[in-house]
Amino acid sequence: MSDRQRGVLPGFGLSMGFTLSYLGLLVLIPLGTLFLKMAAMSWSHFVEVVLSPRALAAYRLSFGAALSAATINAVCGLLLAWVLERYYFPGKRLIDGLIDLPFALPTAVAGIALTTMYAGNGWVGQHLASLGIKVSYTPLGVVVALTFVGLPFVVRTVQPVLRDLPVAVEEAAASMGAGRLQIFFRLILPELLPAAVTGFTLAFARGLGEYGSVIFIAGNMPMRSEITPLLIMIKLEEYDYAGATAIALVFLVASFATLLFINALSLRVGARARTG
Amino acid sequence: MQIRQWISIPIAFLLAVCGAPLAGAADISLLNVSYDPTRELYQEFNAAFVQYWKDSTGQAVKIQQSHGGAGRQARAVMDGLEADVVTLALAYDIDAIAGTGFIARNWQSRLPHNSAPYTSTMVFLVRKGNPKNIRDWDDLARPGIEVITPNPKTSGGARWNYLAAWGYALSKHGGDETQARELVTRIYRNVPVLDTGARGSTITFVERSIGDVLIAWENEAMLVVSRLKPGDFEIVVPSLSILAEPPVTVVDRVVERRGTRAVAQAYLEYLYSPEGQALAAKHYYRPHLASVVAEYAQQFPEVKRFTIDEVFGSWAKAQRTHFASGGIFDQIYLDR
Repeated sequence: MSDRQRGVLPGFGLSMGFTLSYLGLLVLIPLGTLFLKMAAMSWSHFVEVVLSPRALAAYRLSFGAALSAATINAVCGLLLAWVLERYYFPGKRLIDGLIDLPFALPTAVAGIALTTMYAGNGWVGQHLASLGIKVSYTPLGVVVALTFVGLPFVVRTVQPVLRDLPVAVEEAAASMGAGRLQIFFRLILPELLPAAVTGFTLAFARGLGEYGSVIFIAGNMPMRSEITPLLIMIKLEEYDYAGATAIALVFLVASFATLLFINALSLRVGARARTG
Repeated sequence: MQIRQWISIPIAFLLAVCGAPLAGAADISLLNVSYDPTRELYQEFNAAFVQYWKDSTGQAVKIQQSHGGAGRQARAVMDGLEADVVTLALAYDIDAIAGTGFIARNWQSRLPHNSAPYTSTMVFLVRKGNPKNIRDWDDLARPGIEVITPNPKTSGGARWNYLAAWGYALSKHGGDETQARELVTRIYRNVPVLDTGARGSTITFVERSIGDVLIAWENEAMLVVSRLKPGDFEIVVPSLSILAEPPVTVVDRVVERRGTRAVAQAYLEYLYSPEGQALAAKHYYRPHLASVVAEYAQQFPEVKRFTIDEVFGSWAKAQRTHFASGGIFDQIYLDR
């Protein structure tokens, strides 16, 4: 073999082999068994299960809540990252550390804490209840839980970009007469956007799969506050393995398609930000 | 970033400390896979059995417990959780395990009283003073009443609750299925949260103060009233309820392989002994043994109870009609 074929960096065969077997063992084989389990199902039964009104309601809630939560996180995450990177104040490191807590805390604990807080008799819930807003045991509760678990993503993806953004550029723009809003929307936001979209995607993906915290706060009513992962669990507990797998598969394909779409979108946003 | 480490070190430490006691091993061990509200009963019963087994055979036995919604527990056993014995909420879940060959088909005739060493029933737990004046099943269907009960798809207790309400309506309206469906539908319209297991519902009702009435296992309701929150709640006994028989059995395939049949069998038989029956009664399960029944007569109110076979034919039939995919329970939610 000549050096030309090997490329510049050594170790391609080894590292690629490792990558493939690693992904195979952890991701592809477990997912492949989904398809195997499905093989026992007839096509019409499959369609009946995955398009049943209850399953459709669950997809709607899962995607809707994950999207809303990721959107909230994108906006608030940008703000948090901004505060943490641009200002100096006592306790900053502590707050910076708090951002990661949703990763470390078992989601069930988060779910129980949020449910208690937002229940009709909880600290926050009772004030919201007097305004006629119910959070715990409603789809809104699902959004709250998913916002919590997705909090770190946007902050952590945006922070390094913001850190590397030279303040001098903003000062130059200001000295050339750009207004504050103009600087933010024309200069800073385009730079941050690709990172924010990545964070949004991660938070969204996390929200789709989240189970532990949501089942406590959702109320779990069929057709109303039942997320797709819970529906899958319920199917399993009914010993309906094929049905559970079918719904899991549809959910998986839909999630994957959505993620691909957002990733493509973020590439585009990134390209535009660099050229524009 | 340092702070992240500061947080993760104590967490890792905590995990290590909590995990350590699980690692210790005894001579023989048994795993009892059970349903949700039996935690307290089996904690005490296991200690008593360990002593009994040591005294009678000199062997040290260690018993582990697992609790959860009955459906989940049965599925775990089918998927390979090495349970030597299962003590579940209803026969259907053990039938499901038997269907996969882990347990002999005739399991229910292997022990007395349909393999149910104790029975129970479904009662109402209401807040102190019964502010909403809940007396019977019809009251649960009244507008503005919030009813707490788990999801019958995942919880054995919830299936007993549902069937108790159905059977009550049938008996009241001379067997009219439409009336029964109407009542059950209206009750479930009043349910704001469907937890996956009975204990989850108890926590929702008792700790989170959601709802006006909890439909509960009698033993669970008595546990709340006498031990957890004395004085805050009251039990209301409906005019008619269901005879709930939570069955127990040895998981044949597991005990064969692990060589634990003798001890597993003795474990279940001990539930029928005077000691076992007294412990069951102490934890508010209704005993069979006459002497224990007499001793605890004060504790258990008179309840008219029908059996599942009388009203629904069998568990398999009830399951098919009511709880299977597309069954009446599903229809109730689709009709909204």
